[in-house]
Amino acid sequence: MVVTEDRTSTAAPSPRRTNPVLALLRNSWRQLTSMRTALMLLFLLAVAAIPGSVLPQRGVNADDVDRYFVEHPDLAPILDRLGMFEVFASVWFSAIYLLLFTSLVGCVVPRLADHWRAMRSAPPNAPARLDRLPQHATVEDPVGGVEEIGAALRKRRWRVAVRGDTVSAEKGYLKETGNLLFHFALLAVLAGVGFGSWYGWHGNRLLVAGPDTAFCNTLQQFDESGLGPRVDAADLPRFCLELTDFKADFLASGQPSSFKATVRVDDGPARDFSVNSPLRLDGANVYLLGHGYAPVIRYTDRYGQAQTTVAPFLTVDGMLTSEGVAAFPDANVDPKAGGARDPNAQVAFEGLYLPTAPDQPPYTRSVFPAERSPALMLFAYRGNLGLDAGIPGSVYRLDQRQVDSGRLKRVGEATLLRVGEKMTLDDGSSVEFLGTRQYATLSVRYDPGEKIALGGAAVGLLGLLLSLTGRRRRVFFRVTTSGSSLVEAGGLPRTDYSGFAEEFKQIIESVEKKR
Amino acid sequence: MSALSDQLLVVAILSYVAAMVCHAAEYAFGNRSHIGRAATRPARELVAVGAGSTAAADAPPPVVEEAAPSGRGRAALAGKAAVAVTALAALLHLGTLVTRGIAAERMPWGNMYEFVLSVTFVGSAAWLVVLSRRPAIRHLGLFVATAMVLLLGLAGMVLYTDVAPLVPALKSAWFVVHVSAAVLSSGIFLLGFVPAAMFLIRSGYDRGKRSFPYSLGPRVPEAASLDRLTFRLHAFAFPIWTFGALIAGPIWAEAAWGRYWGWDPKEVWAFISWIVYAGYLHARATPSVKRTTATWIAVIGWLTMLMNLFGVNIFFTGLHSYGGL
Ligand code: HEM
Repeated sequence: MVVTEDRTSTAAPSPRRTNPVLALLRNSWRQLTSMRTALMLLFLLAVAAIPGSVLPQRGVNADDVDRYFVEHPDLAPILDRLGMFEVFASVWFSAIYLLLFTSLVGCVVPRLADHWRAMRSAPPNAPARLDRLPQHATVEDPVGGVEEIGAALRKRRWRVAVRGDTVSAEKGYLKETGNLLFHFALLAVLAGVGFGSWYGWHGNRLLVAGPDTAFCNTLQQFDESGLGPRVDAADLPRFCLELTDFKADFLASGQPSSFKATVRVDDGPARDFSVNSPLRLDGANVYLLGHGYAPVIRYTDRYGQAQTTVAPFLTVDGMLTSEGVAAFPDANVDPKAGGARDPNAQVAFEGLYLPTAPDQPPYTRSVFPAERSPALMLFAYRGNLGLDAGIPGSVYRLDQRQVDSGRLKRVGEATLLRVGEKMTLDDGSSVEFLGTRQYATLSVRYDPGEKIALGGAAVGLLGLLLSLTGRRRRVFFRVTTSGSSLVEAGGLPRTDYSGFAEEFKQIIESVEKKR
Repeated sequence: MSALSDQLLVVAILSYVAAMVCHAAEYAFGNRSHIGRAATRPARELVAVGAGSTAAADAPPPVVEEAAPSGRGRAALAGKAAVAVTALAALLHLGTLVTRGIAAERMPWGNMYEFVLSVTFVGSAAWLVVLSRRPAIRHLGLFVATAMVLLLGLAGMVLYTDVAPLVPALKSAWFVVHVSAAVLSSGIFLLGFVPAAMFLIRSGYDRGKRSFPYSLGPRVPEAASLDRLTFRLHAFAFPIWTFGALIAGPIWAEAAWGRYWGWDPKEVWAFISWIVYAGYLHARATPSVKRTTATWIAVIGWLTMLMNLFGVNIFFTGLHSYGGL
């Protein structure tokens, strides 16, 4: 229980004069591996984690961080320099836990050695005065001499040493074993986490139902992705996914009750997965994060050329009111002009999709998340979409700069279309709402460190239980009168153990002669 | 069923109030010597705890007279009534949970309101168990009952949500495992605060402090037995918390969110609580750290638990902020 403390405080100063640098190093090491330092570092770690919950974190939600920058333009850059938006990857956080783990190694390795020795050495000599121990008894009529008492104790799985007229016995080594196991398991968990962050990767992708919108697991096809430092894009496993069906059930209140995505992996059979039961592939797991609708819109330009696009709309509320854009950059190309694109005749529609439109206007919010009465509100724009400027824009929004500068103009009034309805623009072109397809937002991930961390955690829990429930205790016997008529006994619990008196009584009974 | 559950909650809170009144009456009638005597009982075992063979061997076992609380007097009557009313309140509390679960057709752990209801029930039940083993600590009941009234009142007024089925993300076997372990350990940690605070009061009093709240010192059990009770409760809850929040939680999060640990605010605070309680266990195992210092760490741990139960849901948004609030 006090192993560490003993070790650090009793280490005798070396008799020889030592190099001051070495002495300093050795003292620092001793400091670092002391229980007090471990305590300080633990406390520091807890305090250091707090900003990670108070401030938005890049790893959790990058958009919140951007918003914070807008709201606090003065403070945010300073916080950013201090690593406050990536607390758990910051230098200072890492420094604390690395020091803590160094301290842990420095602490448990010598304890492992001590424990190893303690397990192999005999219990200590009996103290001179057994009546001073917390438990004490005299046995008037013992089963026999030291050998018989030792045998009785061995039967109760005590470790026993018989020396002359005394018996020393000890039990409860598992406590320290468990404690060491626990601390070593913490190292395994850290190793698992570290391994996973080096060799793991993830990518997010919005996948629209249909064979023409299938996706293959390459970096380019992700909307957003992150690779661990030891992962190369070429290392990603090859597979393709096609969303063949998506089913969502809702309660009358609109609250979702179940989701099910059905996909085909490569050319294999259909496989289902859902929230809480990801699709487990070889070297990758696919998680269902969300879902929504992608309206299918056909635009027939002024020259009679028709183009169809499937535009996933982002959901803005729990009733799946969705917003998005259907862009036709190649529309209105005069066939007589040799196919040259007219950058000022591009067309796009900003849309609001309501899976269940209300019975009367305003048609601004869906009233139910399933498609009971789907309607699409479209705002037409014509002009230059600004796609050639080379600035990556969102596919879900129009480039507001083009609208503000007048290069992209609203055409006509906003119109509500039901499935199959068509609206005609002033130049004779028309747009038709053909229907929708479902989409699912997926996260594809792989973390090879998971199993190590989980194994470490399980072993750690086992060690913790052993350590917290284990009780180290010793009993001693001394045969005081020659022959075998009187035996004195004492017991010493070495850790908090309120049931020891009871156990001691039973031991005494077991060495008494049955009558 | 759901209305019945709400009514039971009100009756349960009223019963805890009644228990509070009875405990307070015991304080008012009680004479300090009887309480003081009741508290000396575990002194014998204490020597053994005092770490180290020599210390224990040198100290002769103190002579302890058997001194259970005397069954006579109005104070004892009030105290017994308080325990009976607390037991009744706990039953009503359980009834609130069961009817809520029946109304929702699932375990009553789907949102903050239900979670707090469950955690406080565990605290209350654990209190009764501890009390049945050590009647001498009955006087702490005032604090338990007060905490119950406050927490349940807060749950009923601030966190209340209508019965609703679980959202798909919560439909998982690991949800049941994770939440039940978290509820159980949170309840015991919350209860562990009571002897911890009492210990600080008592040991402050023993060191000669006489201002409030140390003036309560003579009315609570002896410091060393409070310290031991504090340790027992925390050492019991710690592995359950480790399992519930740091193992089962991540296993479920891996299936539901694709990563086992993502530093979501709730995860951050679960980690902080775990580290602080680990600090408490360390401090208590280090002879050079004073017991009061160690116990202060347990109190800090309790504050982080409260932060996790209430603060995180009120101040931050994250994946865990499910089902209303
Ligand atoms: C990652 C940081 C650490 C954590 C989370 C941690 C956690 C724990 C926990 C929960 C316990 C109590 C359960 C038990 O007795 O096994 C414990 C005990 C112990 N720890 Fe740590 N520990 C850490 C680092 C360290 C370090 C750095 C040292 C050495 C300086 C250390 C030394 C000890 C010792 C000696 C005990 C035994 C206490 C006793 O006998 O009851 N630990 N640790």
